[in-house]
Amino acid sequence: MQKNLLEWRLARYFCIMVTATNMTKGFQILDHTADIGVTAYGRSIEELFCNAALALFSLVTDLETVEERAEVSLEVKSQDVDGLLVEWLNELIYSFDVNHMLFKRFDIESLIHNEVNELKATCHGEKFDPLRHKITREIKAATYHMLKLKKNRAGYQVQVIFDI
Amino acid sequence: MTQWQGQLIRIDDYRWQIPPSYKAGMRVPGLIYASKEMLDSIREEQTPEQVANVAFLPGVVGYSLAMPDIHWGYGFPIGGVAGMDVREGVVSPGGVGYDINCGVRLLRTNLTEAEVRPKVRELINDLFHNIPSGVGSEGKIRLSEKEMRRLMVEGARWAVERGFGYQEDLEVTEEGGCLAGADASKVSDKAIKRGMPQAGTLGSGNHFLEIQVVKEIFDSQVASVMGINEAGQILVLIHTGSRGFGHQVCTDHLRVMEQAVSKYGIKLPDRQLACAPIESREGRDYLAAMACAANYAWANRQCIAHWTRESFAKVFGKTPEQLGMKQIYDVAHNIAKIEEHTVDGRKVKVCVHRKGATRAFPAGHKDVPQRYQRTGQPVLVPGDMGRCSFIAVGTEKAMQESFGSTCHGAGRVLSRGAAKRGVKGADVVRDLESRGIIVKAESVSALAEEASQAYKDVADVIEVVHKAGISRKVAMAIPIGVIKG
Repeated sequence: MQKNLLEWRLARYFCIMVTATNMTKGFQILDHTADIGVTAYGRSIEELFCNAALALFSLVTDLETVEERAEVSLEVKSQDVDGLLVEWLNELIYSFDVNHMLFKRFDIESLIHNEVNELKATCHGEKFDPLRHKITREIKAATYHMLKLKKNRAGYQVQVIFDI
Repeated sequence: MTQWQGQLIRIDDYRWQIPPSYKAGMRVPGLIYASKEMLDSIREEQTPEQVANVAFLPGVVGYSLAMPDIHWGYGFPIGGVAGMDVREGVVSPGGVGYDINCGVRLLRTNLTEAEVRPKVRELINDLFHNIPSGVGSEGKIRLSEKEMRRLMVEGARWAVERGFGYQEDLEVTEEGGCLAGADASKVSDKAIKRGMPQAGTLGSGNHFLEIQVVKEIFDSQVASVMGINEAGQILVLIHTGSRGFGHQVCTDHLRVMEQAVSKYGIKLPDRQLACAPIESREGRDYLAAMACAANYAWANRQCIAHWTRESFAKVFGKTPEQLGMKQIYDVAHNIAKIEEHTVDGRKVKVCVHRKGATRAFPAGHKDVPQRYQRTGQPVLVPGDMGRCSFIAVGTEKAMQESFGSTCHGAGRVLSRGAAKRGVKGADVVRDLESRGIIVKAESVSALAEEASQAYKDVADVIEVVHKAGISRKVAMAIPIGVIKG
C-alpha cells in the first residue's frame, strides 16, 4: 500500500514531464487495420480510466454537443487491472447501446487494483438525441488485443483497440 | 512496422506453409492461400504470426489455415480457419469473432440494369428508410423478452413464421437459418437487453446492402441453377450480422474463457486466443450461446431481405413474386461448427472455426440444399463498395484440404485512419456517383473508412481460391446502389 502511495506521489510529481498535447487531450486515436484504437494517458490510474472513457465517447460522437443532464453510477470488477479497464469500457459501450447514454465526464469514486480489482464511478452526460447528436461510428467492444497498460515516470498510459 | 521475418515455404503458386519448427509449441503447420504478390502485405501486417499462434491450440488438426483475404484480427486472423478434434480440442470465441454469424445473403430479381438505373436513387432512398441502420436508433421490430428468447432458438424460421419472407428462403440458408444447440439460458440478460432493440437492423462499419448488376458469368450452367441468367440482371446483396447481441455474447464468454485457460492449464501465446475444451462446461456453454447469436443474425438477414422485397415492390409497382425476388443463398462467415471431416485418412468430428471465412461444401454433400446438390454450395464473396462481388461454389478440394472453407471478402489493407487520411467521405460519395454508384449512408465520414483503396481487390482474392481449387467462380457483379449504416 505504501509503495502504491509513493508511486502515486512520484507520478504526480513527474506529471509535468508528460507532453502538453497528451495532457490537454488525455488521449490519442490510433490506427489499426480492421478496427480503431486509442492511447490514453493519466497522471493517476483514475485519470487514466477517465481519459480512456473520454476517448471512447469521442469516437462515438462529437463531445462538444453533449451536455451534462443525467448521471449514471457504474460498478465493475475483474481479475486484474487490464481486465478492469476492458470491463469498464465494455460497460460504457453497453450503456450506450442499450440505454443510449453519451457521457462526457467521469467521477471515479473508488478504484482498487490489488488482489481484487474493482471500480465505482459516476458518469455524467445525456441520452442520445438524434436532433442534436451525430453518431460517428458504433463501437461494439473493447478488446484485449495489444492491450498495454504501462506505468512510467509521468504516470500511466494504455493502448486499447476497439472492435467496430 | 517491420515485416514478419518467419519462413514461408512455397508449396505451389497459391499455397505457402509455415513449418511447425517456426515456433516451439505449434502443433500443426500453418497454411496460407495467397499469390506471391500478396505476400508482402501479409508479412507487413504480421498475420502469419497469428496463423502460427492458432496452431498452438489444443486439438488442432491438419493445418492452421488462412485464406487470401487474411488480415490482422483479435487472436485469430480474419480469414482464418482451424479445425479442432471434438474429443480433445478447444473452442475459442476469438476464432469466431465478435460479430457472430456476420454473413451475406444474396437475392436475385427478374429486373435488368436498364429498368433499375432510372429508379436507383428512389430505390436507395426507400431502402434506407425501410431498413433501420440501428446506429443509436432502434429497429422496427418490437421484441418482448419472451419473443427474443424464441428468436434465439428458432433463427430465420422465427422471422418466416411471422411473415418475413418465405419457407423456401430457409431451404437456401446455411443450416436452414437455424443452428442446432442454441440454449437461451446460456446467454446473459445483458446480451438479451442489447439484442432486443437491434433485431432487424443493418448496423454500421463494413455492413451494407447493395443493388448489383451481373457483369460476367463464368459458369452459365451453375449460374442458371442459381437463377442468374444473363449479364445486366439485378441482384441484391445483404451483409450484416448479430449486431450488439453477438458482441455481448462474445465479450461475456471471453471473460469465462479467460478463467478456463488457467483452470484447464492451457498455454497460449496471445490472451485473445482464450478458449476452453469443447467438451467442458465452458466450451459447451459458449457453443450454445454462440448458436443463439448465429440464429439472431439469420433472423436479422431474413427481416432485412423481407423489407428489401417490400421496397422493390413499392418502387416497381409489382409483387416480389412478379419481380422474381428469390433468395440465391445465405452464408455465415464468422462461426464455429461441429462437422465431420477426413483428416489424414480418418474421419474425425471437428469443431471448425471460420473467422472471416465461408463454408464451401461440394456437390453431393448432405448439408448442401437440394437445389445445389449438383453444383455445390453457393459461396458469396462481397468486395468493397467501389468494385465488385463474386459468386462461387464449393468444391471437393475444399473438403479435402480446408475443412470445406474458402475466402469471405476483400480483406482490409489500410487501417480506418489511413483510409480516411487519403479521402473525405463526401469525396467517396462523389467518386462513386461518377462511376454510377449511388450511396446513402448514416455517417458520411465513416464512409471514407470503407473507401475502395482500404481493401485488397476481391478479384485477386477470388483468383487465388479459384486457382487453388477450393472454390470455383460462377459470376461477378458490380454495385449500382449502396446503403450503409
